[in-house]
This record gives sequence, C-alpha cells and structure tokens, in this order.
Amino acid sequence: MQVFFIIAILVLAFVIIFQISKASEYVAVLRGWERTRKQTNRINAFMLLAFLVLGLIGVYICNEQFKGRILGEPASDHGVLVDRMLYVTIAITFIVFLITQIALFWFSYKYQESDDRKAFFYPHNNTLELIWTVIPAIALTVLVGFGIVYWFRITSDAPKDAMIVEVTGKQFGWEFRYPGADGILGKKYYKNVDPAAGNPAGQIWEDSTNKDDVFVEQEMHLVVGKPVKLVIGAKDVIHDVGLVHFRMKMDAVPGTPTTMWFTPKYTTKQMKEKTGNPDFVYELSCDQMCGKGHWSMRGVVVVETQEEYDAWLSSKKPQYLVANPTLAPSIKKDTIATVNTVALN
Amino acid sequence: MSEATHTHAAVAEGAHVAHPHEHGHEHHEQSFVSKYIFSMDHKTIGKQFLITGIIWAIIGGLFSVLFRLQLGYPEESFPILETVFGNWAKGGQIQPEFYYGLVTMHGTVLVFFVLTAGLSGTFANLLIPLQVGARDMASPFMNMLSYWFFFLAGVVMLSSIFVHTGPASGGWTMYPPLSALRQAGEGQKIGTDLWLISMALFIISSLLGGLNYIATILNMRTKGMSMTRLPLPIWAMFFTAILGVLSFPVLLSGAILLLFDRNLGTSFYLSDIVVNGEILPNEGGSAILYQHLFWFLGHPEVYIILLPAMGMVSEILSVNSRKPIFGYMAMLGSLFAIAILAFLVWAHHMFVTGLNPFLGSVFVLLTLLIAVPSAIKVFNWLTTIWRGNIRFTPATLFAIGFVSLFISGGLTGIFLGNSTIDIHLHDTMFVVAHFHIVMGVASFFGMFAGVYHWFPKMFGRYLNNTMGYMHFWVTMIGSYLIFWPMHYQGLAGVPRRYLDKRGWVSFNDFADLDKMITVVSIVVFAVQLLFVFNFFYSIFKGRKVRTQNPWGANTLEWTTPINPGHGNWEGDIPEVHRWPYDYAKDGREFIPQTEPVGANETQAH
Repeated sequence: MQVFFIIAILVLAFVIIFQISKASEYVAVLRGWERTRKQTNRINAFMLLAFLVLGLIGVYICNEQFKGRILGEPASDHGVLVDRMLYVTIAITFIVFLITQIALFWFSYKYQESDDRKAFFYPHNNTLELIWTVIPAIALTVLVGFGIVYWFRITSDAPKDAMIVEVTGKQFGWEFRYPGADGILGKKYYKNVDPAAGNPAGQIWEDSTNKDDVFVEQEMHLVVGKPVKLVIGAKDVIHDVGLVHFRMKMDAVPGTPTTMWFTPKYTTKQMKEKTGNPDFVYELSCDQMCGKGHWSMRGVVVVETQEEYDAWLSSKKPQYLVANPTLAPSIKKDTIATVNTVALN
Repeated sequence: MSEATHTHAAVAEGAHVAHPHEHGHEHHEQSFVSKYIFSMDHKTIGKQFLITGIIWAIIGGLFSVLFRLQLGYPEESFPILETVFGNWAKGGQIQPEFYYGLVTMHGTVLVFFVLTAGLSGTFANLLIPLQVGARDMASPFMNMLSYWFFFLAGVVMLSSIFVHTGPASGGWTMYPPLSALRQAGEGQKIGTDLWLISMALFIISSLLGGLNYIATILNMRTKGMSMTRLPLPIWAMFFTAILGVLSFPVLLSGAILLLFDRNLGTSFYLSDIVVNGEILPNEGGSAILYQHLFWFLGHPEVYIILLPAMGMVSEILSVNSRKPIFGYMAMLGSLFAIAILAFLVWAHHMFVTGLNPFLGSVFVLLTLLIAVPSAIKVFNWLTTIWRGNIRFTPATLFAIGFVSLFISGGLTGIFLGNSTIDIHLHDTMFVVAHFHIVMGVASFFGMFAGVYHWFPKMFGRYLNNTMGYMHFWVTMIGSYLIFWPMHYQGLAGVPRRYLDKRGWVSFNDFADLDKMITVVSIVVFAVQLLFVFNFFYSIFKGRKVRTQNPWGANTLEWTTPINPGHGNWEGDIPEVHRWPYDYAKDGREFIPQTEPVGANETQAH
C-alpha cells in the first residue's frame, strides 16, 4: 500500500513538472521568445555564481563534518610517509581546485550574454599556453619526486632483523603462519592442503624448517617497534591484505607470493588510549573483490610488546605437532627449549 | 567548383556516392524496416545507439539505486524487493550474491553499453559525416553491423540477468581466478560465460564502428576540409576510434583466454588453487597476466569514454560563448598527448598487485604526466568562456558542469596516480568517488550537452528547456552531494564493494553519510527519468525547429536541411573555406565554414 502511495506521489510530481514545463514554453512564446530567453539566461548565470558560493561553503561544512573521522594517526613508519604525501597533495590540488573552479563559475557569471558586450576574438596566445603547460609540469615534478622517493622507501627490502609472518587469504578468512624459532617458513605445496589432516597451509613435512612453524587463523600478532615482513599469498582467488591504520595494502594472489613490510608504532593498547575508543582494534580487511563474503572478510591484528608476543606464541603448538599428535613427546622438549631461549633474548 | 566537388567525392568515396543528387532527394521509397530498423543511414544508426544507450542507462542506473538502498539502509528490509526479485532479496534484503551481481552489471553496462556505445556510437555516427561533409560513413553496411552486434551483445548481457544462478558477479573488471572458477560462487557459473560472450560481441561492434569512423574522417572530408579545419568533436572521435581499435582487441584476447581457462582446462591465469576444498590441477599460470591485458584496454577505455565528451564540450562552449575555442592547436596537441599516454599508464591500476616497485615508479611518472595535457585543456576552456558572450542553453550548462567535474575528478586522479598515496587509497571509496566524477558523471554531462545541442539536428525539434534546466541543476548539485563526501569515506580507508560495514570497527563511522548519499541518488535517478521523458516526448511533440542554424554555429551540419534525408545535403556537398571557430571575428557574430575568406579579412588562423 505504502509503495503504491509513493509511486502515486512520484507520478503526480512528474505530471505537475511536465505541465509546468509545457506551460512555460507557451508563456515564453506569448511573451516573446527572445525576451524570455534573455531572462532565463540571467537567472542561470546567477545560479552558477550561487552554486559556486554555496558549493564552497558546502566544501567547508563537509570538511568540518568529516575531518575527524578520517585517517587518524598513522600507526606505522610507512604510514607517516603516506600521510605526509597525502597532505602535500591535498594542499597543492586544493589551491588548483579553488583557482580553476572560481574562474570557471565567475567567468560564466561575468560574461553572460549582454546586448552591450561583444565577444572578444581571441583564438590563441602562445605565451599563455606555455605558462600553463610549464607550471603544472613543475608542480607535478615535485609530487612525482616526493612520491617516488617515498615509494622506494616503502617498497624497499625489509630490514634483516624483521620478523616474518605468512598471510594467506581464502574465501572468506585469513590464515597466518609464523616461522617459529628457526625464523624460516617451511616449504609448502598447494596440493598438500588438507585441513582434515591438520595441514591447512599445505606444508611439506619432510622440510625440517616446517616442524616449528605455528599456524593460526583470523588473528595476527605483531611486536611494537619491530619491523615485520608479511609474505602474502592466497588459496583460491585474489584477495588483498588491507591494513588501514598502518596505511599498507598488498594483493594476495594465488600462485604468486607478494611481500610488504612495515614497523608498527603503537600497541593496540596504546591506540585505544590515543583514539579514546576502548573498542579499538587494528583490522585487516580484504580490499580486492573476492566473492560473496568479501565485505565480511575481517581479520584482527594485535600489536603488543615483545613479552606479550612471546607468551602468546609459546602458547601455540607448532602445526606439525597438531597434524602428528603421536610425535608430540619426542620433539616437544626441543621446541620448548628453543622458545624459551627466544623469550630470554 | 561543383564539378570539383563531384570528382573529389567520387574519388574519395567510391562508386556508391558517385551520384550525390540521387541520394539527396529521397525519391526511392524505403520500407519501414530498411528506414528505421536495418537502416544504413548514419543518422538513424546514431539514434539507434542513443536510444539503446538510454534504455541501458535506465537499467544500469536502476541497479545503482538498488545497491545504494542496501548501502544506505543495511538494517532495513524492503518487502517490495522480495516481491520483485524473489530469492535474490530474501526477506526484503539484497543478498550478497545479488549485490555483487548488481555492482558488476552496473559497471559493465554503464562503462561499455552507455558511455562507450551510447556516447561514441551516437555522436560519432551522427556528427562525423555531418561535420566533415560526407553523405554517409565509409561503409554504411559495416556501420549497421556495428549497431546490430551491439544490440546482440545487449541481448546476451540482458539474458544473463535472468539465468538461474544470476549474472556475473566478479566486478566489472572480471579478474580471474574469481571469474575463472565456477566453484567460487553462483555468479561465476553460466553468468560469467554469458558476460564474456557479450563482451566479445561488444568488442566486434566497437571495432566495426571504430574502423569506419577512422576511414570516414581520413578519406571522406569535403573539399577544403583539411585536418586542421576539422571541428574538435571530430578530432576527439578520431582519437577515440584509434584508441578503441588498438586496445579492444587486447581485451578480446584476455576474454578469450579466460573462456579457455573456464571451459577448456587451460591454465593461463590459474596456478596453485584450492577452492572450496577442491585442489585444482592447474599450475604455472599468472592471475596478474589478465590484469595487464584488461587494463591495457581498461585505461584507454577511460579516455574512449572521456574524449568524445571533451570534444563536444569544446564545440558547445565555443558556439555558445560566441567566441573561438582558445588554442585550437593546443587542444589537438593535448588530445594527441592524452591518446598516446593512455596506452602507457595501465599499470597504475596495479600498484599493489606485487608489481616491481621500479616499474611502479615509471608508471607513476607517466600517469602524472597526463595531468599536463589535461590542465592545458581546462585552462583553454576557461579562456574560451573568458570575455565571451555566453548563452546558457541547457547544453552550455552541461558543458560548464563537465569542466567543473573534470577539474574535481581530475585532481583526485593526482592522488591515485601517485603510488605512495595509492597504497592507502587503492580499492577504497575514494577510487569510486574519483572515477564516478571524472569518468562517469563528467562524461554523462558531455553526453547530455551533446544531446541538448544536437537534438534539433536529430529530430527537427527542441527539447523542453524548463525540464532541461531542472535536469541540469538537480543533476549537478546531486552529483557533488553524492560523490564529494564519498572521498572522505575513502580517506578513512573504507573499502569499496562492502555491502554492510556494521561488523567493522574502522569503517562503521559513516552510516549517516551513506543514508544521505542513497537519498540523493534516488532523487538524481528520478530526474534522469524526467530527462528520458522529455527526450521521447520532444521527439514527437517538441517545439519545431524553424531555422536551419538555430545556434548560429559555423559547422557543416547546420547547412543541411532541418530534417536531412539519407545523403544529408540536397544538391552538392558544400565546400569549406575556413576553420570552424570564426566567432566574433571582424565584428561579425559568426562566419560559417562554407563562407570564402574575404579580401579584407584579418588572418588569425
């Protein structure tokens, strides 16, 4: 019923607008077409000016409304660079925006049709054209220069002491693998994937570096102030590791591993205080369309101190032992010993 | 002189236009079918493209209203949706599969069917012969085929909406492996095959059209119409056609390889995949290969959409400012630069795919270079209206709106083309806002400007002005209300294609904004329907055009009869003596291209 009501109103509105439009055409013919046209011209010229003024006020209001909800402090070293680049670009483009939009609407208003004015025959001017070729070129060189320097810093090789975490996307969730005490991720092969047999990552058990690798899902733990290198892959389709607070993003492509590295600046706890939001968590979002669950493909990143991290990691059983529970006693002692040494370090 | 024209026409156009007089007068009766359906008249084919484009625009726009409902009101249920769409909107809520189907169809339909076929197809067909002074396209038959392949592509695409598992839902970019794996979701089943077949048909249509446009522009210009006397819309269509002819085949190859991967067990794009618990045998393919093939078309495609709008806006601003376009040669040069650069920037869509960082930096440089010719164009438009005597017809307003939107959307391109910033903004709502303003809405504005300006030539009647002004103002204000604040969502990192953000801590800050955007987009959509109504009403009942040259324009199309028949000119094709922008010269308001240069005239061009 309600729907029909709305449709009826819409149809009515259409009919009214149409009748007004038709009538205005008749009126225009009666009053003299030329006179009406000139009046309409003045109205539209004024509206263009009004649009400029109200539009700029709108831009200001919009900024006041939303500036508090964007960005926030970047939580990684690379994020600082990204934000700086962003603000430089905002400053430069906003100046250009103002100059060109004001010129556009002001000229439209100022040079509206008038019987007193004759248009100015002005087909070209080489000096002017040179000026507005060179100035944008210089501005862009600055932006490109900054951008490329930062880009190379962000995409450079990870520091040698960086911890390594493997991130794997799948429909629709995240898996993480930690290299364990040896610091090396064991080899894997996708045909070995067999969650029922305790091998969701497809690790090759013959590779001894695999024996201490820890496998977890949905939650990634990182150490504050310590560079981390993510080795990123996907099982089924392309996903994307989006870390909005760290300003980092990298596709997860099946068959082609990618990497990225950064250094978290604040622990989750510190961010809760900084943002004044007790519910704050670092979120890991999928940023590449991956199917019907794309929008809900959420992971959590916990940034903590080294001690907290070590305690968390040592509470996890290496996946090798999960997959081969019978072997547990023989290796267990060994593993615990190494974990302890790491903790002491 | 007229003898010379004849010889010229006969040599350039071949036998079929060798008897221009016969074509000029429609003495042979045409049946309804050959006149309106399987027509070979470029003007009719242009109208066919336009009307088909309008129908697709309504469908594509309606899809966006549907998914905006979900975005603005994720918690509400709309029982009417279930009535109409059944299982796709169970409980009155748009289901994720359906949501992604809608998004995919919205993108595909608007990018390819509306802003490529509907825009280029309409105005290249209508304007090229009329403005270069030809009786028809180089090959009217190929031209007709071009429309019918487009029509067929549309039929296949439309049918994919009605199959049991729904339309393709992998996004308009159709990245594999998602689009290659039937196991990955409902939309990846028959819907994706139909999408690929439809695209292949569409590409054929676009190639047939493009080759024809190039051949016509190069070979069939009337006497005196040198390349540098061509009106700017023609130059724009020329570069558009070249871009299309060089880049669409690459997409075709990408699509065919994808069809092979889907149906023949090849591994072009597939490697190391475990999907839905099933281990696939494919090894050694590269999923990223498709992205290179896709964006090698995909980026020129942006300019295929934008250049015709730029060309028409240049023409309309000049005519209605009663002033020559400023810097004709610079306009040409910048079109040329954009066309070249369009082929050299595709990987800026792929900064975060694991692309080699050095390669990335090269693409940053080339991408930001495009801002230079774009800036030249903007400043030239500004100088064109400066000290003009501007008539604000609806076409002029849309042209001014185009410039405003092009500035706004172009500037945000500088953010995204810079890989450092792109890391943060990639695949967020910022991208959505950026390309909708600069490519979507701006090109629509160019298209509207063209429709309002050349409607009198198409149908011999005017569109209703009052509805035109209403259409412009609501669309202009609405577009900024929709897309300006959307940038803030993107800056906050909200990813695109998230249909419900309530489960997230970081992205759940914009519920009020999403509601506002949804309401405005419904209003804007309703106003587009008003335009469509105006369009069809005015074809039959609009105010009649009574003068041959209602806008006082210089170009050749206004030297034809008010309702030109097949062949365009009764009698000889006029000869051209000057460039098309002699407005306000020597104290005269306008001097048509057909007027010989006077003895005392100042030499300015």
